[in-house]
Amino acid sequence: MLHKRTITELRTGLQKGEFSAEELTLYYLERIEGNARELNAYITVTADIAMEQARRSDRDRGKGVAGPLSGIPIAYKDIFCTEGVRTSAGSLMLDKFIAPYSATVVEKLSGAGAVMLGKTNMDEFAMGSSNENSHYGHVLNPWDKERVPGGSSGGSAAAVAAGLCAAATGTDTGGSIRQPASFCGVTGIKPTYGRISRWGIIAYASSLDQAGPITRTAEDAALMLQVMAGHDAKDSTSIATEVPDYTRTLGDSIKGQRIGLCREYFEEGLDGATEKIIMEAVAVLESLGAIISEVTLPNTRHAIPAYYIIAPAECSANLSRYDGVRYGYRCENPTDLQDLYKRSRSEALGEEVKQRILVGTFVLSAGYYDAYYRKAQQVRRLIKNDFVEAFKEVDILLSPTAPAPAFRIGEKSGDQIAMYLQDIYTIASNLAGLPAISIPAGMNGQLPTGLQLIGNYLDEARLLNVAHQFQLQTNWHRLSPPEGGP
Amino acid sequence: MKVTKEVVERIAELAQLQIPNRELDAVMEKMGRILDLVEEMQSVQTTGVEPMANPLDATQTLRPDTITEKNQRRLYQEIAPDTRDGYYLVPRVIE
Repeated sequence: MLHKRTITELRTGLQKGEFSAEELTLYYLERIEGNARELNAYITVTADIAMEQARRSDRDRGKGVAGPLSGIPIAYKDIFCTEGVRTSAGSLMLDKFIAPYSATVVEKLSGAGAVMLGKTNMDEFAMGSSNENSHYGHVLNPWDKERVPGGSSGGSAAAVAAGLCAAATGTDTGGSIRQPASFCGVTGIKPTYGRISRWGIIAYASSLDQAGPITRTAEDAALMLQVMAGHDAKDSTSIATEVPDYTRTLGDSIKGQRIGLCREYFEEGLDGATEKIIMEAVAVLESLGAIISEVTLPNTRHAIPAYYIIAPAECSANLSRYDGVRYGYRCENPTDLQDLYKRSRSEALGEEVKQRILVGTFVLSAGYYDAYYRKAQQVRRLIKNDFVEAFKEVDILLSPTAPAPAFRIGEKSGDQIAMYLQDIYTIASNLAGLPAISIPAGMNGQLPTGLQLIGNYLDEARLLNVAHQFQLQTNWHRLSPPEGGP
Repeated sequence: MKVTKEVVERIAELAQLQIPNRELDAVMEKMGRILDLVEEMQSVQTTGVEPMANPLDATQTLRPDTITEKNQRRLYQEIAPDTRDGYYLVPRVIE
């Protein structure tokens, strides 16, 4: 049952010589072989690279120079460039794109000794909340294969939940780490905007995009984040502030921590069973000495409108690079340059992506810019100001991660607006640039339900501390989805 | 907001996307619904509010104007659809 172990437990096993990195990697590769196609969690499995990295890890350990994640088998969302390996972003546009270099995050994790098992499935260019927008087909939720795993990092969340990797990377522009983590019963943190370098991560909306780990526990998230975070000269938006030791404060008491419940997040639209689970989790935190109060974020209802202007606007600019000239898909027999651009883009980009490009182009176009884009940026500041005010009263904000558990495949795919409303609790922290974590807080029937904690700027250590203390008191993060069967 | 056929065609041209005629109605309707969703925002009082482009209000950092990258043209052109003599090839633009 190695696949149920945490990174911390696997590290102990490797250190004690209970198993080698090669054995562990082989074990995971065999699980992927037997299982991944069923869930469709991976787009590419990199078995040869994995075995080579595992053997190197074993040699390093023999020499006493093993890194902090040496021999730990992980997966990368297929939006992180990996040198020499296809990096598709879930799109036909990049189906044959072999990245010529690796993302900074990949360099850092490899440098720490992590073993790359493969690249996980995702909504095309990270646009989606259900993983139904992938060129490679949708991912199934390991808890109920008729349901979505969430999105856009659905492959990563499903792979961690199903024991097809020890941890995975994700990216989060409007909730794409936290919502799938919630739907799949795993832990996922989106750090402060700029805490992790975006260099080599395929861009969606640059002022919102942030990478983070998806893991079994908050403790594992701390170990991963420790390696992933930090300033990078190649990303001018990355923060220069020193990275604290996230594991050092995990064991701290949370007595006296002021936790605020966002009033607006418990109003209309929240599933009753989800609310009950969240309130039970609040009681656990209260029993640990946290001081619970209610806070208000008055501009909450404007978060989704602001996001669905800003994100498409930035997406339309970022995705203009896919023109069939320098890399990626090129149409057959173009008649002229315009035809080359238009047909390459139109044939290789999916419906949701094209829709967002159109909306983004519209809100940036002459005559509409002030009414939409500028307005959205002003509203964005008001949303941020709400948080600034709230953090004068409390240390952490608490809410559900999503309004309800995983929905059925196809249930919302015909209704874009219903899909967009999935992100109601996660989007505001992207707009404000704040760190937020989702941890398993209970079961809604057979479906996991996540709790979200939002922290102040660069306060990841506090989020991980509270999440870890919660996980010491509860067992939700230890549950595994049923294996085999329908 | 009602999105007309002319608007969609103009935007598609700007975005370098082709929308087949049979899909125009659906695209118009979807765009209209998204714009309705965001319309609600217009009621917010934002006079005097500084637009926010970066969550940390960070400004662009500068570095010394020195060459830090080596030329990797060959590596990067290996993944291009069509190149010759170090150039990217596209259909003839000037007759």
